[in-house]
Amino acid sequence: MAIKIQMPKLSDTMSEGRIIKWLKKEGEKVGPGDVIAEVETDKANMDMEAYDEGTLLKIVAKEGDRVPIGGLIAVLGEAGEDASAILNDAASTPKKDSTRETITEPVEARQSSVGNVYSAAAPTVPTPAPSQPAATKDNGRLKASPLAKRLAQERGIDIGEVKGSGTSGRIVRRDVEGFSPVVSSSAAKYTDVPLSMMREAIAKRLAQSNIEAPHFFLTAEVKMENAIAFRESLNQFDEKNKISYNDIIVKACAAALKEHPQVNATFLGDKIRMFSNVHIGIAVAIDDGLITPVLRDADKKGLRQISQEAKELAVQARDRKLKPEEYSGSTFTVSNLGMYDVDDFTAIINPPEAAILAVGSIVEKPVAENGELKIGKRMRITLSSDHRVIDGALAARFMQTLKKVLENPAALAL
Amino acid sequence: MSDYAVETNMSKGSFGEEYLSLGRNKLVEMFRTMVLIRRFEEMAAKMYSMQKIGGFLHLYIGQEAVAVGSVAAIRDDDYMITAYRDHGHAIARGTDPKLLMAELFGKYTGTSKGKGGSMHFFDASRNMLGGHAIVGGQIPLGTGIAFKIKYRREDKVCLTYMGDAAVNQGTFHESLNLAALWKLPVVYIVENNLYGMGTAVDRASAVTELYKRGCSYGIEGMVADGMNVFSVYDAIKEAAKKARELSLPTLLEIRTYRFRGHSMSDPDSIYRTKQEVEEEKQRDPIEQMKKFLLEEKIATQKEIDDIDAEVKKVVAEAVEFAENSSEPPLESMYDDIYVS
Amino acid sequence: MPEITYREALNQALAEEMERDDSVFIVGEEVAQYQGAYKVTQGLLQKFGPERVIDAPISESGFTGLGVGAAMVGLRPIVEVMTFNFSLVAFDQIINNAAKMRHMSGGQLKVPMVIRGPNGSAHQLAATHSQSLESFYSHVPGLKVVMPGTPKDAKGLLKSAIRDDNPVIFMESEVIYGMKGEVPEGEYTIPIGKTDVKRQGKDVTIVAYARMLGVALNAAEILAKDGIQAEIVDPMTIRPLDDEPILESVKKTNRCVVITEAWPFAGVGSEIAFRVSSKAFDYLDAPVELVSSEDVPMPYSKTLEHNVLPTPEKIVNAAMRVLYNSKDPGKSED
Repeated sequence: MAIKIQMPKLSDTMSEGRIIKWLKKEGEKVGPGDVIAEVETDKANMDMEAYDEGTLLKIVAKEGDRVPIGGLIAVLGEAGEDASAILNDAASTPKKDSTRETITEPVEARQSSVGNVYSAAAPTVPTPAPSQPAATKDNGRLKASPLAKRLAQERGIDIGEVKGSGTSGRIVRRDVEGFSPVVSSSAAKYTDVPLSMMREAIAKRLAQSNIEAPHFFLTAEVKMENAIAFRESLNQFDEKNKISYNDIIVKACAAALKEHPQVNATFLGDKIRMFSNVHIGIAVAIDDGLITPVLRDADKKGLRQISQEAKELAVQARDRKLKPEEYSGSTFTVSNLGMYDVDDFTAIINPPEAAILAVGSIVEKPVAENGELKIGKRMRITLSSDHRVIDGALAARFMQTLKKVLENPAALAL
Repeated sequence: MSDYAVETNMSKGSFGEEYLSLGRNKLVEMFRTMVLIRRFEEMAAKMYSMQKIGGFLHLYIGQEAVAVGSVAAIRDDDYMITAYRDHGHAIARGTDPKLLMAELFGKYTGTSKGKGGSMHFFDASRNMLGGHAIVGGQIPLGTGIAFKIKYRREDKVCLTYMGDAAVNQGTFHESLNLAALWKLPVVYIVENNLYGMGTAVDRASAVTELYKRGCSYGIEGMVADGMNVFSVYDAIKEAAKKARELSLPTLLEIRTYRFRGHSMSDPDSIYRTKQEVEEEKQRDPIEQMKKFLLEEKIATQKEIDDIDAEVKKVVAEAVEFAENSSEPPLESMYDDIYVS
Repeated sequence: MPEITYREALNQALAEEMERDDSVFIVGEEVAQYQGAYKVTQGLLQKFGPERVIDAPISESGFTGLGVGAAMVGLRPIVEVMTFNFSLVAFDQIINNAAKMRHMSGGQLKVPMVIRGPNGSAHQLAATHSQSLESFYSHVPGLKVVMPGTPKDAKGLLKSAIRDDNPVIFMESEVIYGMKGEVPEGEYTIPIGKTDVKRQGKDVTIVAYARMLGVALNAAEILAKDGIQAEIVDPMTIRPLDDEPILESVKKTNRCVVITEAWPFAGVGSEIAFRVSSKAFDYLDAPVELVSSEDVPMPYSKTLEHNVLPTPEKIVNAAMRVLYNSKDPGKSED
């Protein structure tokens, strides 16, 4: 009895996955737990395991294909078994046509970071192209020969920009081959890079957050002298496994959240859910995006442990090896751009959380202290809050607590 | 009417003692074959009603003496070809009823592997070359087979059977002309059962004495009584001799009658009366033969009963065989269209 | 290689095969004493005698059926129809008997015969005598249909047809019986069911067969003057159609014009165009064009007749349309 292998749900937010690589060939035997393919989700590249034993009869989704969750990607069965029933059945199953939606495959796009370079007027504004291909459009249908369509696709040309010279304005081979975009004086050169799935997910989710969650921002400046001394003293013990400022900030946030559980919450439409666990997401920049691995129960872990786990998670993230449970379920996020010499910034809340902390660099600056001007070490932190959950005063009290902890970090070692 | 037309055996019409010379074995075998055809056809009708057989089914009941008498008069290596009412010819020629019933069932074990059906019985191993379903279409084929006999200078004859309606087809006339022109060893046998489907001969043919239709080609016409197996036997003997020795064709009209409708779906009361059918049944070729065998003490009633029982068993086994045979595999669909 | 006519090539094939196999005989109208209505059987009576070269009365149904019967029992008849127009009265014998005998007998019988003669129009023979009937016969499983367009192909294919164990419809053309061409010396055959590229080109594929091959080659010369290199592909056998070389050519040129002397509707030309559209869809830069006879019975008038048939000019125009060079957009598919 042949069995369908369907696109698994490998992340909480994925709606589709892309086959990066098949690790098994048609005709090869597989057993439960064998990794049969690598799949790119909106978050990471995942190993896809077989759940059943059998022979891989047919690979339906080719490398590069995007398949919605539940979509057929392969058929497993006994060697020589007829897979046609399942395949026929699958003809009605939705499968995104990778060739129509993207010009080149993202795997390739990542490897060669530059796509095809063209120039055109005002790329951000959808102005009608100077070479208006209206004649080729017939009730919205674009008239192009099958060959012309294929060539355009191969060359990454938007066939809608091509003017047709064939019968009734049909776009034909010579039109595609002779296509050169019109260059005007205001033309800006640009590069079209197709969206990776991660980019697409970031775009979708953060835009949604920015639209749905009314953000407000509070910034505070933290005295870091004690924190610096605290860190140095801790790192004397273990040169190899240094504790970072970020580790300290994460731990401090955990402590502050414990004290202000209303900030460790989420908006659910008709209610607000306050979490008992403190799971802190740490934004990690990786090629072509970012991801937030989760440090679970940060309030219950010591700095050493936090530091170790954070390091491992960051490595996993950069290698795109995070498992779904390692990047989902955070209740609060820390985004630190201090290493890039950023003084302060505001971050977009990582939904469905209620707040995110944006951390800037530690800078030396003149400060007045007890009526005396001196050089101090300061770090600016900005809290973005979802006003549906958190009001200004609550956010301010949270920041007070956080600032107090960071300025007296020895308490964290308790 | 013409120098060419003669009526031969009609005047005899009897079962004379001279046929005893055929020998007991041959006489009993001829009787048995007629009974076998009758029982086979009755069973086919039953199987048709049970939807085991599809398509058209034209039964030979009533005409058994034609096939049996003619086959008895030729040699095993002679050829025969007929139209779509072909069950009797194949059985008379000796084809295994099992294979024929399987063909009717559309099974892979059938004579044509389930691709021919009732109207297309072939047994090339016995020189029984069909089974042809377009009226008159087989007449040029039989002529061509006779052409080959002459071309290869063989001592053979080709019996080319047709129904009474076929004499009005162009192929009949073209073939008779060619056979006469080129002197081909063919016997054209018109099985005149008085009706072409529902049209009586006198409503279809300007000249109803069909044996005379060869006149314009200079082909000798003969007529025989199709309800008397010996009348058929004698006429074929004579025509075949002429074909072998003089390489000349003959047109033989055999007057017979079908006791059943044209096909299974034929309400024959439209064109003929019950009374007519009942009267013809008085001349049942099997009953007449049986009477002859008993009167001449060639067989006892017990032996006759045993034959009937044995034949019923053969037919039952044929049904069982057909029933148990497999359907043609779908892969066979493209078989036997071209010689590759 | 010696140059001989199409007619002589056929005559050589007949003579060689009759010499080779005594089961081969020829029957038809005027094939013996008259030496052939179109002289294709010239000299065969003298060579092989009246038992093997047989004048038939005008009874196409009768002698075609006789051929089928003879073939069923081991002979290899060659039935000559004076023209294929007359084969229509033998249609039942060809379609119901020759084509289906093997199938209906479950493989017990075979019908190794050739039915040959000229097909298509000649000069002002009007409606009943100017028909290209290949689509009728090509429609039927069980038949093979061969239509050579050169003397060399005619000889090699006729010899194969005579040796083939299936009924072969072998269609010649009155207009090209006198066409001369190089024919290899000595024994050779050309296999049935093989398509041949008659002229190499990169710009447009023109599929043409039988008499239309020459017309298409003329069109290719005209196109060449405009710098357009047409590839002329000749299926030679219509059934079974070897479409691979046609598709290969279209994949190279991305455009296809199909030429047929037959009518346009439901014809061989449509079949070829369908296969190209279906199997080379992604390679087409233009819809497939069909240049056929006009959809009318053939008129007697010389002027009308000329304009009913495909001409080099019509082929050139069609090629220009698929190349989008047309100054004649009138016949676009839109």
